[in-house]
Amino acid sequence: MIRRLHRRHGPSRRQLAGFTVFAVLGLAAAACSSSPAASGGSSGGHVTISVDCAPPASSPVQHKEWLADVAIFEKQNPNITVNSVFENPCEVPASFTAMLRAGSEPNLFYTYFTDRNQVLDAGQAADITSYVNTKTVPTLKDIEPTALAAVTAGKTLYGLPTVNYTQGLVINRALFKQAGLNPDQPPTTWAQVEADAKAITKLGQGIYGYGDYSAGNNGGWHFSSEIDAEGGHMTNAAGSAAAFNSDQGKAILQALHQMRFVDHSMSPTQQLAWGTLQKQMAANKLGMYIAAPDDIYNVIVPQDGGHINDYGMGPIPSTSGTPAGSLSGGNDYMFAKHDTPAQIEAGIKWMNFEYLTPGTGQFNFVRQKADGFPVGFPEPQLFTGATLAKYQKLQDASATVNPDFYSTFANAHELAMGEPADAQAVYKTLDPVMLSVLTNPNANITQLLATATTQVNQILANSG
Amino acid sequence: MAELATLRQAGTLSPARSRAGDRLAAKVRRNASAHGFLIGAVLCFAFFSWYPICREIVLSFQKTQLGVTSWAGWANYHRIFHDPTFWTAWKNTAEFTVLALIVGYAVPFLVAILLNELRHAKGYLRCLVYLPVMLPPTSALLLFAYFYDPTYGLFNDILRHLHLPVSQWVQSSGTGLPSMAMISVVIAATWMNMGGATLIYLAALQNIPGELYEAAELDGAGLLRKIRHITIPQTRLILSMLLLLQIVATMQMFVEAFILTNGGAGVNNNTLSVVNLIYQYAFALSGASNYNSASALGVVLMLVLATFSGAYLWLTRDREATR
Repeated sequence: MIRRLHRRHGPSRRQLAGFTVFAVLGLAAAACSSSPAASGGSSGGHVTISVDCAPPASSPVQHKEWLADVAIFEKQNPNITVNSVFENPCEVPASFTAMLRAGSEPNLFYTYFTDRNQVLDAGQAADITSYVNTKTVPTLKDIEPTALAAVTAGKTLYGLPTVNYTQGLVINRALFKQAGLNPDQPPTTWAQVEADAKAITKLGQGIYGYGDYSAGNNGGWHFSSEIDAEGGHMTNAAGSAAAFNSDQGKAILQALHQMRFVDHSMSPTQQLAWGTLQKQMAANKLGMYIAAPDDIYNVIVPQDGGHINDYGMGPIPSTSGTPAGSLSGGNDYMFAKHDTPAQIEAGIKWMNFEYLTPGTGQFNFVRQKADGFPVGFPEPQLFTGATLAKYQKLQDASATVNPDFYSTFANAHELAMGEPADAQAVYKTLDPVMLSVLTNPNANITQLLATATTQVNQILANSG
Repeated sequence: MAELATLRQAGTLSPARSRAGDRLAAKVRRNASAHGFLIGAVLCFAFFSWYPICREIVLSFQKTQLGVTSWAGWANYHRIFHDPTFWTAWKNTAEFTVLALIVGYAVPFLVAILLNELRHAKGYLRCLVYLPVMLPPTSALLLFAYFYDPTYGLFNDILRHLHLPVSQWVQSSGTGLPSMAMISVVIAATWMNMGGATLIYLAALQNIPGELYEAAELDGAGLLRKIRHITIPQTRLILSMLLLLQIVATMQMFVEAFILTNGGAGVNNNTLSVVNLIYQYAFALSGASNYNSASALGVVLMLVLATFSGAYLWLTRDREATR
């Protein structure tokens, strides 16, 4: 009776505790739900934009330069605040895909050229066509057409490019000298690569002449690059069927298999993804591998501790010695679907300042030299015409890199080839082919290419 | 309550209905705190388990193109069933499960029996056995990735010192049953996880009355007969439950192969598991990746595991009932 009376007077402690738990959970659930638009926007003429791929504090000099650029930009544009999202690497496929699914991208988000279809399929890119013109982006007419095409669908522009590259053969000049080879004449044919790789491997002490990827979609990516150099193709012109099961494809895989199992000039450790060969190169344990020049100035020297004068580049190898083309690629920033018009305008101003104007932001060569970064690489190949001339002049004035080390690469004027349809899916399917060729002494190249062809055809058929 | 009283006074409720209402109100009052506590758990499950499961089923019948989501019928299921790697992934998953059961189920049981028999350094050895569980899985697997490295790895170094042929370990190209690559994954997985199972077995062993062993010894039973006739029957319930949990866990193998093989597929896809394939559909294929096919495969895996778990529980319950 006492208990019942007590209950009539109010909730018991247990009830209170139960309701408290409920209320706390309810509040927590409410707090968890926020719309992406709530994080930015404009009020009273002031605009806030969030931008990812800002260098984190773990890369102190790049971090300092970024913060300095933000400060300069905000001073020039007092109505704009840049909220930096610090991260490295700039894109991790799993979280990138999840971000697109949730629609929680920053106002300006970093993508690879190969991501365009995925972003558009997710419906997460804003149409910026009407905002971009020669007034808002003065260098617009001089931006490499292939780079602009990578962020365009039909006639609609969804982003602005920041880096554009073709690949070549990165060589370790120090090991070339030790092996009695001429580092000023990097090999251009696969036969020369094989011979030089053998000579370098003879140095012993865990040094190998040549390296290549076979994991993380990077194996297929390199295979694609190598087949472009041979004049072959990954897919047909319509992008509807695989075309790599060809003499060119077989020749490349045969050359790799030869180096791995006959010459033993490639390491038994395979299944390597991006980041591993750079470390081997920086530690002077690797003679050659295929890459774009930014591997040297962004990774091997500043991150992995390599010495700038130990590296050089030649054109991408081919059977003839004159590459028919080289896989081009690059990165860009796309604008999120939830951006307001004011945020798009502010974002374009930021892109123009940080990425698309020689002399400022990523092209502030005077500051790069003062901060000890190597200057003078033949990349990024972002401009043509008058802007390229201005860019070249500024770069030459601060150059710290010996251009002779890269002359054969630069003089090859490799024809930039676009990436295949559904590039990442195609690359992923070719990873096992590369891995098998580099780990299985009895790999059946014809069979491997036939299986991969079936798989790629299915991917292309399903991607619609 | 006030409303009930008002309605009763107005004669709109019959005495019988009024008593039923009273009983209901009393019932609600009596269980209010229980419901209060329960609702938290229900909300958590609803948000983090039931909603994602329902969403996964819905997604598996949809497709998204150019930001527009539409119904796709069975297209996603058609796609996964016609993927050449689909059956490879199931074969590998079954291979891992069987190997993990042979090694990962028996080894902790034997280690637990040994620990139980020891008279000295028991606590120290228990700590030693449990230590790998405390290591973050990624760190443990990266450690094994180094051990398995064909050029610089510890295992090949040992083999070289013993003048034995070296192995490619996880990078082996064989696809036979069992493959060296999968055995390597199982060894690492067992090392990582056996501590937890060992402690559970040990707790079960320590609950077996000592008199049973004493009586068996008087009857002249050796170690193996004691294990067969006392230890196994006495720990049958724990063994049975751990078997179910282990099979469900091993069928969802992901992180082991993913880290050891730098992506999960291995040479000739010889370590590609079903969950790895789900990951590839959802995340690794970029332009062609889609959550829809990943969801379809997730639903298939869920159905297989649910059917297996249901059948297993039904069979074991049935056996208990007949005893």
